[in-house]
Amino acid sequence: MEEIVKFKLNGKKTDLSVDPTRMLLWVLRSDLGLTGTKYSCGEGLCGACTVLINNEAVRSCQVQVSDVKGKEVITIEGLEKNGKLHPIQEAFMHHDALQCGFCTPGMILTAYSFLLKNKKPTYAQIVEAMDDNLCRCGAHKRIVEAIESVAGVKEEVYNEK
Amino acid sequence: MKSENFLDLDFKDVKSSFELDRREFVKLLGGGLLLLFTVGDSFAYMQEQQRRRGGELPTDFNAFLHIGENGRVTCFTGKIEMGQGVITSLAQELADELDVSLDSVDMVMGDTDLCPWDMGTFGSMTTRFFGPPLRAAGAEAKKILLEMASEKLKKPVNQLIVKDGIVSDRLNKKNNVSYAQLAKGKKIEKHLKGKVEVKTPKEFKIINRPFTRHDSKLKVTGKAKYSADILLPEMLYAKILRPPAHGAKLINADLSEAKKIEGVVVVEEKDLIAVLHKYPDVAQRALEKIKANFSKSESTLDDKNIFDHLLKFPHEERKVAEKGSLKTGEENSPVITQGVYYDGYKAHSPIEPHAAVAKIEGKKITVWGSTQNPFTAKEEVANALGIPSDNVRLTPPFLGGGFGGKTMNRQIVEAARLTKITGKPVMVNYTREEEFFYDAFRPAAVVKIKSGCTKEGKINLWDYQVYFAGERGADPFYDLPNSLVRAYNSARGEQNVHPFATGPWRAPGNNTNTFARESQMDIMAAKIGMDPVEFRLKNLKDKKMIDVLNAAAKKFGWKNIKPPSGKGYGVALGIDAGTYVAMIAKVNVNKDSGNVKVERVVCAQDMGLVINPEGAAIQMEGCIMMGLGYTLSEDLKFKNGEILDKNFDTYEIPRFEWLPKIEMEILHKEDEPPQGGGEPAIVTVGAAIANAIFDAAGIRLNQMPMNPDRIKAALAKK
Repeated sequence: MEEIVKFKLNGKKTDLSVDPTRMLLWVLRSDLGLTGTKYSCGEGLCGACTVLINNEAVRSCQVQVSDVKGKEVITIEGLEKNGKLHPIQEAFMHHDALQCGFCTPGMILTAYSFLLKNKKPTYAQIVEAMDDNLCRCGAHKRIVEAIESVAGVKEEVYNEK
Repeated sequence: MKSENFLDLDFKDVKSSFELDRREFVKLLGGGLLLLFTVGDSFAYMQEQQRRRGGELPTDFNAFLHIGENGRVTCFTGKIEMGQGVITSLAQELADELDVSLDSVDMVMGDTDLCPWDMGTFGSMTTRFFGPPLRAAGAEAKKILLEMASEKLKKPVNQLIVKDGIVSDRLNKKNNVSYAQLAKGKKIEKHLKGKVEVKTPKEFKIINRPFTRHDSKLKVTGKAKYSADILLPEMLYAKILRPPAHGAKLINADLSEAKKIEGVVVVEEKDLIAVLHKYPDVAQRALEKIKANFSKSESTLDDKNIFDHLLKFPHEERKVAEKGSLKTGEENSPVITQGVYYDGYKAHSPIEPHAAVAKIEGKKITVWGSTQNPFTAKEEVANALGIPSDNVRLTPPFLGGGFGGKTMNRQIVEAARLTKITGKPVMVNYTREEEFFYDAFRPAAVVKIKSGCTKEGKINLWDYQVYFAGERGADPFYDLPNSLVRAYNSARGEQNVHPFATGPWRAPGNNTNTFARESQMDIMAAKIGMDPVEFRLKNLKDKKMIDVLNAAAKKFGWKNIKPPSGKGYGVALGIDAGTYVAMIAKVNVNKDSGNVKVERVVCAQDMGLVINPEGAAIQMEGCIMMGLGYTLSEDLKFKNGEILDKNFDTYEIPRFEWLPKIEMEILHKEDEPPQGGGEPAIVTVGAAIANAIFDAAGIRLNQMPMNPDRIKAALAKK
């Protein structure tokens, strides 16, 4: 049965009439047209569907839409501010930290959430934080380098709401 | 690079196949300069092969470039972008020859209505075979534009210079005219014929310079469109009833519960039972309500008994290479080595599962589908639906990885059938389980080698037999006076020898062949107590290979070793797609857990002229990371037709924790033709690690993957 689910999505108040038991991934993709959030494994094993819920990186294929009531959801489409890319997005571009690009939104959002908590991570901490996100093309080296390059650079960036 | 999403380019009015409506299409492009060109002889030959297999007839040209009245350059090619980076490197080649900025080049790729016929994107062939004629076309277009400018500026051509698409008088730079101005109001169509002078390496400004990806901004912002991201009004998401095992047949299906879900559309047509809904997850729920009975699969094969089965199968022999006599070789070889090598099935596992969106309008069906061979897919749709292929348009968006796995097009045909039946736009997007089930796996294979050498390390005997991997990489590059290389059966697998589909997987055949050959080399070297690098050098005459091996050894800091030295060093050589690779790995073997940690990989490569050194380095890194998977963990589990691996929990692909220190060296060969880049560096990973494991722990594994269970079993036997 549908009900109204209220939450903040990419900075905007959203009232959605939806079956609250449906998974956030599919609601984002098919109801809201936010296709930057990708389906790949459907069981929380790959990280392609990662979004931020209250700045925490979460697998949207494992979250019912009712669980985001009153919360703030950010998808890859919401990372750009006033036409300006987020420094992590810039770093991924600058380091060529992607090939096919299908895992990229999930990688960027996982890194975003991680860097909020750990502003000056070590190499080993970055690897550990990213380890559950899968990339088949083998862009791992450059993804780590991109995250290293942006870590601790602009603190204010990670305090954004 | 300003990268427009080519899907956003507005060519909606194109109605039919390009070949028929070329004039209409030219009209649509507006004024400007249009250059049509054909790709070289080897490519034409391959197209001929494709045509014999029932593909569409190739036209008299197979690519073209257009310089518009706005000065923008557009390249239309049937190739597709799946992460390998040709969207950038092809644009570089064109921009350099034309002397325009890289920003002003747009690529339109793979659209069967807009782009001329192409057999598909695989085999590391784009740069090798498509690049040179593209450069020639760019050079020819520049020549024409210079002649036009000469007339306009009233100066001889040799007094003119071009920069960023502006032609000016060398002696008076204010006297200038842009390509846009030259193209304005003109309608010039020209076929490229004969040989064209292209730039020499000294003249390069964009070629052989590192550039970041053309498409990265779209990809970091989530704006890049993949097939499942095409959302059309009134579109239905389809979920299709699948058998539990290959060979299982549907007996009956009760759809009554599925039909009760509001908004569900049910389709039953011959072998196709599907439930469709405006939300994909609701369609999935409906699918789960279907009660279906299937017969048991007749297959009795599993991942253990498969090798006996393959070796018992009747074999079709092909001689790949022959030299001297095996008898003489054996007589002159005091040290004989016999080896048998096994490789299991591997899944492609792209992060993007297969997807397609199909739309019917009147007689015309348009499909956005993840495919490496859109022109083949177009024919497949036409055949399945019994409609003329002119009524089918394939337009592949970005692919989220391919690796050879997106060539079967089942999902495209299914989406096309369903749009025809329902009259609505339909999306078919595989679940991960379907992705594993319908993959055309890299085939399980066996290699048998009998080789012999002298105590001083000269190889005199090489008797090589490969079963089911295919012959790519089987032809040895060592100096072997008495050798015979035979390949049995093809990688595709004749007469259902495999329990499911098999097909090309990044550098098909070569991963298995190189694993076998290079492992055998190290076993021989160890038998006579010789350093593995020295042993290889002793048996090489090919200068290119000697150079890459020396380059890798130097970069690694290789010191003479006598495996097992405990250091964990391993070397392997290979050739793929014209590119020479030498790889050296350092590993650490955990004797308790059986886990192999690859700590460092050095890779040297001779790939001729490198169009985009940045792109080439990325491909090498990607090959090394992906190679760790087939080497250490990936091994498809199946039983009686059922694919037991259904997701990434049991089928383990490489992760960040696996990342070794990667160091690379690309030899400078600017004067030589470009070779393949997307596949070569993956072929050496298996043997480099197998040899490193032997050096570390004194155990020889003759089967991939070398997973912890196999490592522990080998250690226990030692």
